[in-house]
Amino acid sequence: MLAIEVSDLRKNYGDVQAVAGVSFDVREGEVYALLGENGAGKSTIVEILEGHRTASSGRVEVLGVEPATAGRDFRNRIGIVLQSSGVESEFTVREVIELYGGCYRQHLDADEVAGLVGLDEKVDARIGSLSGGQRRRVDLALGIVGKPELLFLDEPTTGFDPSARRKSWDLIERLGSAGTTVMLTTHYLDEAERLADRVGVLSRGRLIAEGTPEDLINKVSGTVVSFMLPDSVEPDEAASTFGPVLGVDVRVSGRLVEATIDHPAAAVNRLTSWALEAGVELDSLSVGRASLEDVYLALTEDEGDEQQ
Amino acid sequence: MPFPSTAKLIAIQTRYQLVSFWRIPVAVFFTLGLPLVMLVLLNALFGSSTTETAAGSWPTSHFYTTGLAAFTAVSATYTNLANMVPIRRDEGVLKRWRGTPLPTWMYVSGFILSAVVIAFIGVVLMLTLGVVAYGLEIDPAKMPAAFVTFVVGVSTFAALGMALASLVKSASSAAAAANATILPLAFVSNVFIQVDDAPRWIEILGSIFPLKPFVEAFQDCFAPFVEAPAFNWGSLAFIAAWGVLGLVVALRKFTWEPSGSAPRGRRARRAAVDA
Repeated sequence: MLAIEVSDLRKNYGDVQAVAGVSFDVREGEVYALLGENGAGKSTIVEILEGHRTASSGRVEVLGVEPATAGRDFRNRIGIVLQSSGVESEFTVREVIELYGGCYRQHLDADEVAGLVGLDEKVDARIGSLSGGQRRRVDLALGIVGKPELLFLDEPTTGFDPSARRKSWDLIERLGSAGTTVMLTTHYLDEAERLADRVGVLSRGRLIAEGTPEDLINKVSGTVVSFMLPDSVEPDEAASTFGPVLGVDVRVSGRLVEATIDHPAAAVNRLTSWALEAGVELDSLSVGRASLEDVYLALTEDEGDEQQ
Repeated sequence: MPFPSTAKLIAIQTRYQLVSFWRIPVAVFFTLGLPLVMLVLLNALFGSSTTETAAGSWPTSHFYTTGLAAFTAVSATYTNLANMVPIRRDEGVLKRWRGTPLPTWMYVSGFILSAVVIAFIGVVLMLTLGVVAYGLEIDPAKMPAAFVTFVVGVSTFAALGMALASLVKSASSAAAAANATILPLAFVSNVFIQVDDAPRWIEILGSIFPLKPFVEAFQDCFAPFVEAPAFNWGSLAFIAAWGVLGLVVALRKFTWEPSGSAPRGRRARRAAVDA
């Protein structure tokens, strides 16, 4: 069964296309991540799926209904964690959980929800006294209080410290394994890699790749060679120096040089020979398996090339 | 499992807005405290005189008590809603509620009913102080008219408050707009001064807007020179017409999202997409 079906979705703001023909499906019980930089169209797509915005064209079906015109029953079955939306700061955590929970057909107990999101100790504190990360957990609490079948999480861990992120990941994983369908947007690659069953990579309003994190990483079919730029080479000469040596285009960010290579043995051999001849050291030289980050960079680079 | 009943949900929403009001000291002070302070001060300064109207005369302290009682009802509905609704919108609270199974009209009902309850408390406080401290006499035969006038008035000013909240996009400008409209109007609407001998343009200004008709209709329910039952149907119809106008504007223009969350205008849209 499909929880979400999107085909050829478009959203225009005037003459600007924020979403330019996107199609994907999310299966029931799946954790699906939309990955993309800011402005790629993630939030626009999610808000259309939630019913907060209407599509300019295309077909969208969520839990078997069209979200833009769906009513109360639909909203009873979904949970929404928006990117930025406040909670009444004059109320305590318990009060808002009970208040929002009270409008669903069924809801979890306030203490239970507070425990799930790690706010047990703050359950009687006013929202106004909480830190930013704690408020974000209140958002999560209000997203799950109505026992949703489908949970939308729009950048759920942005602004979290590492330990809070890990806790939220644990919670999302638990929800996922308990059968809740989760539609997640993120610009953290490690988040998508850790949580998602499948990832859709979004760039400039288009879905440029889709698959399990494994699939996507395998698609790059390569090994990532990276090292620190030696002092003898200027950053703007890095591409012209190492491109020919490695036989592929290299990416330079700061002093880090990276390249994704299909046959690393020969390339690494040429690279180390070059270094020996030039008499320089290649600090932090590493040869490793591609990560989702490499996939993402490779994909968005291609996109950028096509656009130019 | 069915949804909780409509009555229960609206009761919960009303209670929640009331609790929220009581927890915001500045709202309580400006809505209920300030009119009481004004009543005490104005009566200390001018209360011992007599106010002459075209229909008769009565103690100025009674004129103030009833005028400020009506004004309290207006500030609890019009000013309060025009302040609080945009604050909740800017905070993203309205958008959050729209994503829940609570029908949006029930959320708005809770907001409005809470404002009406606050208005009622304010009016009762004012009138009680009037009876206890200034010898205001309550004629039971005119209380049905007072109640109906109150209901028509708070409905209209709640609708106008929602209309203003719909037209003004940000919370800070909504608060300014609410005060900038209601305070000057109060001076030409029998709240602080009886405007019988005022220049013609001031009389016209007062009679175009619903505040003066409301204040006068309410004062009539307590003035000794007005016979029971004291229903002022013409004024009530005029006030209600303003209420309908407010309702139409509110229904057409109300937005749930903070301004700027959906890009408006070509440049903003480009910026949003490029960001």
